[in-house]
Amino acid sequence: MTDYETHRYDVIVIGAGGAGLRAAVEAKERGLSTALVCKSLLGKAHTVMAEGGVAAAMGNVYPEDNWQVHFRDTMRGGKYLNHWRMAQLHAQEAPDRVFELEAWGALFDRTPDGRITQRDFGGHRYARLAHVGDRTGLELIRTLQQKAVSMDIDVFMECKILRLLQDASGVVSGAVGYWRPSGEIVVFEAKSVVLATGSIGRCYTYTSNSWESTGDGHAMAIWAGADVMEMECVQFHPTGMVWPLSVRGLLVTEGVRGDGGALKNSEDRRFMFDYIPEMFKAETAETEEEADGWYEDHLHHRRTPDLLPRDEVARAINTEVKAGRGSPHGGVYLDIATRRSAEFIRRRLPSMYHQFLELAGVDITVEPMEVGPTCHYMMGGVRVDPETQAATVPGLFAAGEVAGGMHGANRLGGNSLSDLLVFGRRAGTGAADFAEARTGVPSVDGGQVAAVVADATAPFERDGGESPYEVHQELQQTMQSLVGIIRTGPELEEAVVKLAELRERTAKLSVSGGRAYNPGWNLATDLPSLLTVSTAITQGALARKESRGAHTRDDFPSADPELGKVNFVQRQTGERGYAAPIDIGPEPLPEMPPELRTLLEEGH
Amino acid sequence: MTDAMPASTPDAPQVTETPQVTEAPQVPDAPQVTFDQPLPSTGELGHTFDPVAADEYEETVTLRVWRGDAGGGDLVDYTLPANEGEVVLDVVHRIQATLAPDLACRWNCKAGKCGSCSSEINGKPRLMCMTRVDELPEGPITVTPMRAFPVLRDLVTDVSFNYEVAKRVPAFAPPPAPPEGYRMQQVDVERGQEFRKCIECFLCQDVCHVIRDHEENKEHYAGPRFFIRFAELEMHPLDTNDRRELVRQRMGLGLCNITKCCTEVCPEHIKITDNAIIPLKERAVDASYDPVAWLGRKILRRPKRSPEEATAASPR
Repeated sequence: MTDYETHRYDVIVIGAGGAGLRAAVEAKERGLSTALVCKSLLGKAHTVMAEGGVAAAMGNVYPEDNWQVHFRDTMRGGKYLNHWRMAQLHAQEAPDRVFELEAWGALFDRTPDGRITQRDFGGHRYARLAHVGDRTGLELIRTLQQKAVSMDIDVFMECKILRLLQDASGVVSGAVGYWRPSGEIVVFEAKSVVLATGSIGRCYTYTSNSWESTGDGHAMAIWAGADVMEMECVQFHPTGMVWPLSVRGLLVTEGVRGDGGALKNSEDRRFMFDYIPEMFKAETAETEEEADGWYEDHLHHRRTPDLLPRDEVARAINTEVKAGRGSPHGGVYLDIATRRSAEFIRRRLPSMYHQFLELAGVDITVEPMEVGPTCHYMMGGVRVDPETQAATVPGLFAAGEVAGGMHGANRLGGNSLSDLLVFGRRAGTGAADFAEARTGVPSVDGGQVAAVVADATAPFERDGGESPYEVHQELQQTMQSLVGIIRTGPELEEAVVKLAELRERTAKLSVSGGRAYNPGWNLATDLPSLLTVSTAITQGALARKESRGAHTRDDFPSADPELGKVNFVQRQTGERGYAAPIDIGPEPLPEMPPELRTLLEEGH
Repeated sequence: MTDAMPASTPDAPQVTETPQVTEAPQVPDAPQVTFDQPLPSTGELGHTFDPVAADEYEETVTLRVWRGDAGGGDLVDYTLPANEGEVVLDVVHRIQATLAPDLACRWNCKAGKCGSCSSEINGKPRLMCMTRVDELPEGPITVTPMRAFPVLRDLVTDVSFNYEVAKRVPAFAPPPAPPEGYRMQQVDVERGQEFRKCIECFLCQDVCHVIRDHEENKEHYAGPRFFIRFAELEMHPLDTNDRRELVRQRMGLGLCNITKCCTEVCPEHIKITDNAIIPLKERAVDASYDPVAWLGRKILRRPKRSPEEATAASPR
């Protein structure tokens, strides 16, 4: 017998980062009863970590910029695996979403004539990122949070959702979870549900992601029978700190390179000039002189290779370190100290400067940083309709990092904050439309709820089982060493076996203490998500026998044109849940209209 | 395992330089949790660390953590091998992974950007993720929950007071955007940007004696975090609302006697007192008592807004 409280809404949004907040604002604006449910306190979601800015072709700094160029940059960055329509909508709508934030109180940095200024970032042809110093994510989440509060949206904080609920015909009709402070069960009945649960970074040992990024939305979508795709495409940010230990994994914003910082190896050589791929040769500087001239004048110089897309830079660093030209702690050097004045660095990169001084004892105006690739972003996710963000299961929507398609095989920096805004809004509209059209009160099956609760609380009943921390640590090590930045078939096969073992061990976990604010138990309830997502990443990586974007196979080092025409889609067709198998297969990419194809070809 | 870590002495020295801490629930001989004793709350976690003789560790670190709930609690010592360059939150995580899996603590980014891991370290309100172990004095490190808020469990407090105050702040109210978009100068946005650096760790609220020592003030005192929010709106180049009477009459601005404790603990180094509270006090006072401002209002026929008028557009 399970006791629980029940809440009824038109729309519930799971996750309160940028995408979730933007979706909730949209649904609420439509006059629907809307709830925002999040694992942490409001305003703490991982969006606060975004530093560099929001990519939007406003053309404030370079009037030559427009949505067509942004579209092309995004598609090329994603190695053409992106859903063309998402990339198009994103490029077209991003400027309006930025202006909207300004009307809600955001204070972006300005140009001399008082407009929103824009900064350079990897893979973007023109200076395109609207920003607030290097804390743009905080500005974005605070603005949306204050907007949501002013609209009186109900917020369920520190509430972990375990599973989506579906009615007899399979339509999503709510969700079940628990309050973290008390451990009490809570059920939501809703006409539509938006997933905005963010990333999967806790699958890996070295990650910039917080404890929350356990892939709950990816996993719950799979368990509800929805399609996910491109799960093999995990982005490793090239410049995570590798030393000192206190800051290991902490990101160094691409803005450091956008503002003049250069990558160097132990021989003090700017090695990125040795790693310019064919695809980017025409627009990348070949000499240091030309690269340095580019910062001041983009129209007469080609861009520095330090700002190639993230996958290229991460691979180059990896190769340098393997060749013995790395820093003492297995990274390379990122030097802005010798290239810009201390005053400039403190003004342009204030949080970076303070963070490194206080945490690492490193003064970035004097010495270089030691950096290396760190698990950062999940390109893959729930397969959605670009216009409405509807998943393949009715009543379910997804936006932000949990949704797939927008970024293809590799995301450009700055495109994630704009993604949140553009598709958060669209998911809010999609979910509102669905809720309005849905007749009757969604029914929630008490039996489903009881089964989910029994599963989640089972570790309390078992004695002498393993600690969830131990299983999690092994999972992270497995993914880090076998499904990391460079992959091979045999290692992936090994990971498959190891993951099966970890799934079995997860079914036998024990936890101690009570249900109220118990992190050990909380981790035990996150493990099923982590395992499902890890399994999907590994299966995708095995299936994609080529190297493309962020996905690199040592045994298939080049891109395969045939595989460039398909997405690998995964779903559970029979049994559901983390212990059940997930099917995988290729499905053709949607056909791009000729006029957009021309944009890509003509090189603009 | 038997002769593993040197247990910290039962009669551990009181933290004398931080008198606030002694008011927290505390027992003189905190239960010792070290590797050479049976673990309190778990069956077989001892094998997480390889059994290593004490002398193989060069150094250890002891965290004296308050454990309990609304009904009361104790300080418990946890001793672990020390790692170079760690912050207090790293040690808390290692305690969770090895000695006390149910030790409750909030955290998210571990980079000083989300403001979740607020606590009191050796009696001082700080972020656990921004406090390096090697910068603290030798000896056990005392970690207690924020004292101005009710304890939920261990290091986690109920900070809902802050979220309730946030609902009473009237939203930003710009004029309609001109077709070419809003224009603002960098120098003008920088004033508000300083306050928007706030990560809502609520350490300023925790340290502010107006609520720390007087629970009853919470009803009519918004606290430093929200004074900077009001200051930010007041100084926003586009905002059209006038919240000065609201902040004076309903938010308790006058109760602040500018002791600057909030500025001292702010991890974002926001000059809360000098740049927000004092200018806000001046503006609120000017609005009420400055004869020139009074005359100006008469001539321009622009009366200041009452608290009710200022909040008219807000949900509460």
